[in-house]
Amino acid sequence: MSDELTQKVLTVIADTQRIPREKVTIDSSFEELGIDSMDGVNILFALENEFNITIPDDAAKQIRTIRQMAEGVESLLAGGTAGAAVSS
Amino acid sequence: MHRVAVTGIGSISALGRNSAEFREALHDGRSGIGTIQSADCTSLRFKNGAEVANYDHRPYFDDKRADFIDRFAQFAVIAAREAVADAGIEWTSQLREASAIITGSCVGGQSTEDAGFWNVYKLGVNRVHPLTIPKTMANAGASHISMEFGITGPSYTVSTACSSASHAIGQAFWMVRSGVVPLALTGGSEAPFSFGILKAWEALRVVSPDTCRPFSKDRSGMVLGEGGAMLVLEPLEAARARGATIHAEIVGFGMSSDACHITQPSADGAARAMRATLCDAKITPEHIGYINAHGTGTQANDPTETSAIRAVFGAHADRFAVSSTKSMHGHALGAAGALEAIAAIFALRDGFFPPTANFTVPDPACDLDVVPNTARDAEIEYALSNSLAFGGLNAVLAFRKY
Repeated sequence: MSDELTQKVLTVIADTQRIPREKVTIDSSFEELGIDSMDGVNILFALENEFNITIPDDAAKQIRTIRQMAEGVESLLAGGTAGAAVSS
Repeated sequence: MHRVAVTGIGSISALGRNSAEFREALHDGRSGIGTIQSADCTSLRFKNGAEVANYDHRPYFDDKRADFIDRFAQFAVIAAREAVADAGIEWTSQLREASAIITGSCVGGQSTEDAGFWNVYKLGVNRVHPLTIPKTMANAGASHISMEFGITGPSYTVSTACSSASHAIGQAFWMVRSGVVPLALTGGSEAPFSFGILKAWEALRVVSPDTCRPFSKDRSGMVLGEGGAMLVLEPLEAARARGATIHAEIVGFGMSSDACHITQPSADGAARAMRATLCDAKITPEHIGYINAHGTGTQANDPTETSAIRAVFGAHADRFAVSSTKSMHGHALGAAGALEAIAAIFALRDGFFPPTANFTVPDPACDLDVVPNTARDAEIEYALSNSLAFGGLNAVLAFRKY
């Protein structure tokens, strides 16, 4: 995963969650960042807008970590599916 | 304090144009869910809904009148007409002046608004139709019912998302019980099949791509529905005196607020609403024989509602039935509580549990008798109807066999 992409994803998450950027790392858990299910849906929406991608519901349901979010975005940008990234 | 009778019922939904059709579909376990016809779903992640199939205003309203009434308010009037006819009310000027109309709606006439805003934002037409506001307002259903029957008593609309109709019916019940009004026409209506509204539901990621499977392990979300349902409530002794047909008694109403999260449900909030209803009805948990569950078929609702029911009913929860008729009429939002109240009344009056349709695989987190797929004969005395809304505003109604 490119560092630039990762940084952009983490920034979107921090902005959406209204928390300082430095708190968000690729290994942060949802719990640490206070991300509940509705926050998760909000973040996916922000990622869709930022990267002009569409994240399918099936893939969205499987996402449990920040890393999966970033990998899913990368996969979708490469023309794959977010689900493939999640299950890999 | 009066005992309160349900003397009239009326409905229009994906399960039929009247309550006889509604009852038959519930008894047959027939789902009204199908491909959405009234909006273009090409760019949506879901295609299915529970619509009033091939609805056209013409059998119900002339063109001129229909121009003034959004589809959701048309459903309110259609259901009210059936309920009033069913109750055999003989209107007097006194009764018209004193009767109440309390309706529920979640999105009101947002379909009308959506169409108007499309013109402004998308087509660049710098004007919207002058009836946009009066057609969109959530109280339009109550207003058109009042004009239909010339009812001039207290009339208003409650909007508490998916609990709207249950809150409305509960308020109406208390007004009749306390003697504030001699008759109430109450229920809810909804017509959310407009592209902008559907797009907003899609964004929440709670709508199923196929069908509504409440309490199933493989449930994949809710399916939106539409329709209207109305009840006529009056004091039991007055109903008896005039020889009215009494479908059931309404005996309890309880409310609570989760004060927790704007979309995530709380078992504690749901449990408190059910307990408040039992207390209002002056009955104990062991009296209940059936619960028409909120049962949306989402990941969050069904296990939460199950644990709320277990918290209230303990071991008795294994001795009664709980089903979600949303599996058949869809989630009709502000009409849901009224459609489901009628389903609970049928259960009591006609002695059967309406099933949870589309059920496939049991979920240990929803380990109640959910009456999978097939209706079951059962003689019971009391039933609850649960409404647990987004925003954590809960309303539960209790009915008794008459």
